[in-house]
Amino acid sequence: MKERRISLAHGAGGKLSHDLVQELFLPYLGSAPLQALDDSAVIPFETGQLAFTTDAYVVKPLFFPGGDIGRLAVCGTVNDLAMVGAQPLGLSCSFILEEGLLIADLERVLASMQTAGQEAGVQVVAGDTKVVEHGAVEGLFITTAGIGQIPPGVAIGSARTVPGDVIIVSGPLGDHEIAVLLARGEFSLQGEVKSDCAPLNKLVATMLAASSTIHCLRDPTRGGMATVLWEIAHASGVGVVVEEEEIPIRGEVRAVCDLLGFDPYYLANEGRLIAFVPEGAARTILQAMQQHPLGKGAKLIGRAVADHPGTVLLHTTLGGHRILEPLSGVQFPRIC
Amino acid sequence: MCLGILGKIVSITTNGLAAVDFDGIKREVSLMLCPEAQIGDYVLVHVGFAIRRLEPEDAQETLRLFREIEESYREEKPGAG
Amino acid sequence: MRKNPGQAEARLAPLLLKEITGFAGLFDQPLRLMEVCGTHTVAIFRSGIQSLLPNAIELLSGPGCPVCVTPTAEIDQAIALARQKNVILATFGDLMRVPGSSSSLQQEWGEGSAIRVILSPLDALQLAAERPDHFVCLFAVGFETTSPTIATAVMEAGSQGLTNFYLLSSQRLIPPAIRALLANGMAQIDGFILPGHVSVIIGEAPYRFIAEEFGIPGVITGFEPLEILEGIYMLLKQKKEGRAAIEIQYRRAVAVEGNERARAIMAEVFAPVDANWRGLGMIPASGLALREAFSYLDAAQHFALPYVEQGDAPGCLCGAVLQGIRRPPECPLFGTQCTPEEPIGACMVSTEGSCAAYYKYGGRP
Repeated sequence: MKERRISLAHGAGGKLSHDLVQELFLPYLGSAPLQALDDSAVIPFETGQLAFTTDAYVVKPLFFPGGDIGRLAVCGTVNDLAMVGAQPLGLSCSFILEEGLLIADLERVLASMQTAGQEAGVQVVAGDTKVVEHGAVEGLFITTAGIGQIPPGVAIGSARTVPGDVIIVSGPLGDHEIAVLLARGEFSLQGEVKSDCAPLNKLVATMLAASSTIHCLRDPTRGGMATVLWEIAHASGVGVVVEEEEIPIRGEVRAVCDLLGFDPYYLANEGRLIAFVPEGAARTILQAMQQHPLGKGAKLIGRAVADHPGTVLLHTTLGGHRILEPLSGVQFPRIC
Repeated sequence: MCLGILGKIVSITTNGLAAVDFDGIKREVSLMLCPEAQIGDYVLVHVGFAIRRLEPEDAQETLRLFREIEESYREEKPGAG
Repeated sequence: MRKNPGQAEARLAPLLLKEITGFAGLFDQPLRLMEVCGTHTVAIFRSGIQSLLPNAIELLSGPGCPVCVTPTAEIDQAIALARQKNVILATFGDLMRVPGSSSSLQQEWGEGSAIRVILSPLDALQLAAERPDHFVCLFAVGFETTSPTIATAVMEAGSQGLTNFYLLSSQRLIPPAIRALLANGMAQIDGFILPGHVSVIIGEAPYRFIAEEFGIPGVITGFEPLEILEGIYMLLKQKKEGRAAIEIQYRRAVAVEGNERARAIMAEVFAPVDANWRGLGMIPASGLALREAFSYLDAAQHFALPYVEQGDAPGCLCGAVLQGIRRPPECPLFGTQCTPEEPIGACMVSTEGSCAAYYKYGGRP
């Protein structure tokens, strides 16, 4: 494409729009349904259960260590499907582009989405583009929807855990939120933290192959581990107990939390999952996870209990306990 | 009051500012309140200022004092250790 | 610099707790220990110490929560500043959710006021240098730990020749507040867990009156769980031995003489003034104001900000909670009308406020 920046004309629906799709979007996202350029994708489907999700991505900055808005969009949508046990059948992506956005940046995002799609084994089958005037969005927003298929015999949901279930986390917490925070440069902190942004559907498939008895899966995005545990405790009517000493958090993430007064249990993750599984299957599932690249750091961190339903207790390293509430409001940095 | 985090000075610039490492995260810190601090020192940092220089053994080990308690506890109750 | 606490804590915590429980059992009444500092409140709850202490020890949260004791009138002043065109209000994040009389800084920010959350007073100076077209006003809320850093920023503003930097001072001093608490005789306090980082600056001497005039022990304590346990142990040891003295648990960071240079800078820029404390009322010489030589930086003067005192909301027990007279669950609004999502009193807003900490972490299920 000879233009360097997106202009309003690219969104007008005419020749320039057509060229944008042909020359930029299709080379990266071009699945067969997308190439047909019909109004809807038609996907073959067996009877059973469909999973369907939607999400929007507005992250700033657009690019950060370990990912970008495009990778986030693909992984986030795939992960929403994976958390109910579904393998993705196809994604739709709607792009809202700011007039003046560098086409090279858009191209970088699309290439990243192509890579993420390949990792997950899913394609973008429907798309749309709009261009808005300068300042109406910051660079680029992406809205997605995803359809997935749940294998027969799999029933995973937040209300399905029972006392005695064991809780597994797939890796260290907080990397994504801290990576983005550092990339924003707002507090002049420097460090090498990469987002954990990754598609989890194949890890989930590995876990289900080890045992189909998984009860709950959640990815701790906004609100973090504490919020997810609280939601599951509430939905299932169980108590939750987790061991502080077992919860993996990288040293650099902890250091940023110390400096800003953040509680690491509320940080967003984009490539981690928390699983509630029957005690009898825990070892097998954990081992299967640890063999998978996205589950190398998997650990047992706690269990569901019959006591104190709806309450999440953290057993502290000191031997006492504290109650983990869901995130209330936004975490602002503190000095006190 | 307030958050004070331990970090290690890795370099010092001209105008009383230092690059301090906190477990792999770096930030610029003012030494205006602790001008005696040198490269390699551990400092307690509050809102971007070093407020106290710590002896290295104190920075690494909080627990020298606890060992004293543990010792004195053993002394008071012989055979309990 | 996070040491690995695991093994040491596992070994030493039970020993300290055993001693603490033993000492506490020697007394007929529960021992009431006041943690002056809000950062201690959070550290105590996060570490689970509250759940490990015997019932014979009651922990009270004192007035060392700068967000809790800042009067609504001063939050309103900050809001008034933020609403002005060409003003950027630089504030620590702690203040964002504190309710003013009708709004909060977070709300104002959502409605388009220029507010920047900073981590250091030097960030505010940098902002002023980068935005000569705006007035950058630093909302300085804090105690003696923070005041020397504010003072340094003020002096730097002068040496950099910044003409667009202003200070809204809402700073307070700890020892006068402790004296006011004890002088009014209402709270029964058997010992003080004294603030570790304030003491890095002021040292031990300003607290001696607590022991010498009122016969109450105080221990300057650090913030790691074992340090807090040791601080409590040292207090109870004094009680057991019938002593009252000021001791330093936080020896690795607190020198008896404090940080003299920091105090000198503070004294050069600020003078003590009478100050209003939410819940405690007016306390003489308990606040800090810019000295004459620096008064040209005073935002309240320059922008002619009104000071309109508001009382607490009806039913709100923040004042009594701050003085250690009441515990959060005794407030009729606690957990019902007043929650972290919709706080009525500042004790619920601040992550370190007694009520918020109690709501989020507190109690045994």
